[in-house]
Amino acid sequence: MAKVKCAWFDFASCEGCQIEVTNFGEPFVQLLENIEPVEFREAMSEKTTEPIDVAFIEGSFTREVDRRRLEDIRRRAAVVVAYGACAASGGINALKNHQDDYAQEVYGADKDRPHLNSQKAMPISAAIKVDYEIRGCPVDKDEFIRVVTQLVKGTEKVYVPSYSVCMECKRNGTVCRYDEGDYCLGPIARAGCGAPCPAAGIPCEACRGFVDDANQEAMEKVLIENGKLPEQWAKTKSRMFTANLRGDA
Amino acid sequence: MATKNATINVNHLTRVEGHGNIVVNVKEGTVEKCEWQVPEAPRFFEAMVRGRHYSEVARITSRICGICSVGHTLASLKASEAALGIKVSEQTDLLRRILKHAENFDSHVLHVYFLVAPDLLGVPSVFPLVPTHGDVVKRALRMKRLGHEWGSLIGGRTTHPTRAIVGGFASLPGGARTPRQAEAKLVELKEKLLGCVPDAVETYKTLLSLAGGIPAFTRETEYIALVDDVEYGLYDGKVGCFMPDGSQEIFDVEDYRSVTNEFVVDQSTAKFAKHNLPSYMTGALARFNNNHERLHPEAKKLAVGLGLTAPCFNPFMNSIAQFVECVHNVYTTVGLIDKLLEIGLKDERPVEPTKFGRGVGAAEVPRGILFHEYAYDENGFCTMGNCIIPTNQNHANIQGDFDELVPWLIEADKNEKEMELGLEMLVRAYDPCISCSTHYLDVTFKK
Repeated sequence: MAKVKCAWFDFASCEGCQIEVTNFGEPFVQLLENIEPVEFREAMSEKTTEPIDVAFIEGSFTREVDRRRLEDIRRRAAVVVAYGACAASGGINALKNHQDDYAQEVYGADKDRPHLNSQKAMPISAAIKVDYEIRGCPVDKDEFIRVVTQLVKGTEKVYVPSYSVCMECKRNGTVCRYDEGDYCLGPIARAGCGAPCPAAGIPCEACRGFVDDANQEAMEKVLIENGKLPEQWAKTKSRMFTANLRGDA
Repeated sequence: MATKNATINVNHLTRVEGHGNIVVNVKEGTVEKCEWQVPEAPRFFEAMVRGRHYSEVARITSRICGICSVGHTLASLKASEAALGIKVSEQTDLLRRILKHAENFDSHVLHVYFLVAPDLLGVPSVFPLVPTHGDVVKRALRMKRLGHEWGSLIGGRTTHPTRAIVGGFASLPGGARTPRQAEAKLVELKEKLLGCVPDAVETYKTLLSLAGGIPAFTRETEYIALVDDVEYGLYDGKVGCFMPDGSQEIFDVEDYRSVTNEFVVDQSTAKFAKHNLPSYMTGALARFNNNHERLHPEAKKLAVGLGLTAPCFNPFMNSIAQFVECVHNVYTTVGLIDKLLEIGLKDERPVEPTKFGRGVGAAEVPRGILFHEYAYDENGFCTMGNCIIPTNQNHANIQGDFDELVPWLIEADKNEKEMELGLEMLVRAYDPCISCSTHYLDVTFKK
């Protein structure tokens, strides 16, 4: 079987999801028996003019100038994967979306220079059609392998859990953050990560987005009543990774 | 006969983190244009942290960079702790130091093997080396994996660590349920680290065989790095400024603005950093020039073997300094684990704030000194953030090197392709982390 030609591209992001690929250790060589990296600017100088089987795109769509580069990738690739929270939902970059003075805050008098122009951080699906999403900040590298395996084998549907992170904490035997006197977005956060954050003793921030039909109002109430968060904090809590998915987006 | 004409236009330089361009134009032996440009999409982190609770801030600013997210976390935590009047325990201090060593090792292995070595072997990336140099690639992957496991044991994970929080740690190393179990995991880590020594020795031999390909270019500049009373500056210390004449000035971290002096250049929106000279360098070479006496003896020995002696003014030697630091990281962590085991791990609660004000924190990330500063209101919500990252501090120095390197390459009669490679290798030597750029920078000199 021919190797699947894979390419990685990045937009507004920290490139941490690409770094996750380097953390496999020696088994990475086995992965290379099934896939052929044909373009990966962060790691290789090679470029390709051949069609790409799978394009992994990291980062948010934040500038109109990037639309053409995204469209070009779409034209070249049979399958486009939104790789990580920034590409899938806007991720942390969208935390500034509700502000109207972010450029002033960072650049002061220079804020209106044309090349500093940066609009709201959007998922790449705002510019091009996306076939699959690997969510998370960062992505879970085992999930990456699962998706690649399905793509290599030509399976139609890539499975993404639609239940909440609470399910995974229960399965892991992790004590609930609320029982520890903390707060957590787990009840409305989409699972699939294995819930490493509550297991490490910190709240889930819903970096993989919400479950379908998430009850955001009830979540706010729980944050206030059970999590003891001041009202203003509870209201803005889920902006950190899910600003574009909120009711007020 | 020197090179007469050359046009170099590298759009989105490869094998660096983030996006940078190289534009050079030489006509009749005269350099008409020579630019290091950064077209990275700005992300506005300093605006994002406003209004967020102190417990969230490091979790946000860690996302500035996927490679140095540990360093961003630690600088952020230290800044918040300074603002909140928190003094962490000895255990927290030691664990954070180990975490910092892990990140340094992890990132340097990635840089030296995956981003720099291909140039020295004349290949475009590590992938063509899989069939030809399989053992070296596997060794690199093994060492990268070790860095990942080492950092994950302490921080929960290496990309955006979970466990390191304001006031201490949210849980014990390795997710252990008891301090004794955590100690057992630290002992395991120590064994893995000592088990890595043969790989480090082989890396030394590989680098020794390739060192001839490192350009013998030098340019004297100022070198800025943390200088620590406890160890080779990485996790903590004051700001050391090493000058080419061998003198060293020391500043308090709180006075970082008088060292970084960010300013906008007339011809562009560039936020440059400068101190005593028109530019300065941060990163492994800057740390080495400031701190070499505090290197672990094993690391010192290998530095001498690889021709790295202080003061070193060759920016290409930064990659060698990185490897020397890797060896230092391994041996120093072994010592830190021994110290932790000696005092005995405890199940500690994070230290609570005693005030709400303004504070600065600094840490060395793999590519240089990093500053975070925050102010908090009386309820613990952030009112101001400022992050000055090392790559931005290095941009002016990269441009300064370009200005001398291009004539140097012309003089050495290099053709256009060789010049391009020379300039690319220079930028890669700095190990820039451009997506870190919280402050946008666009260098434009001659039009």
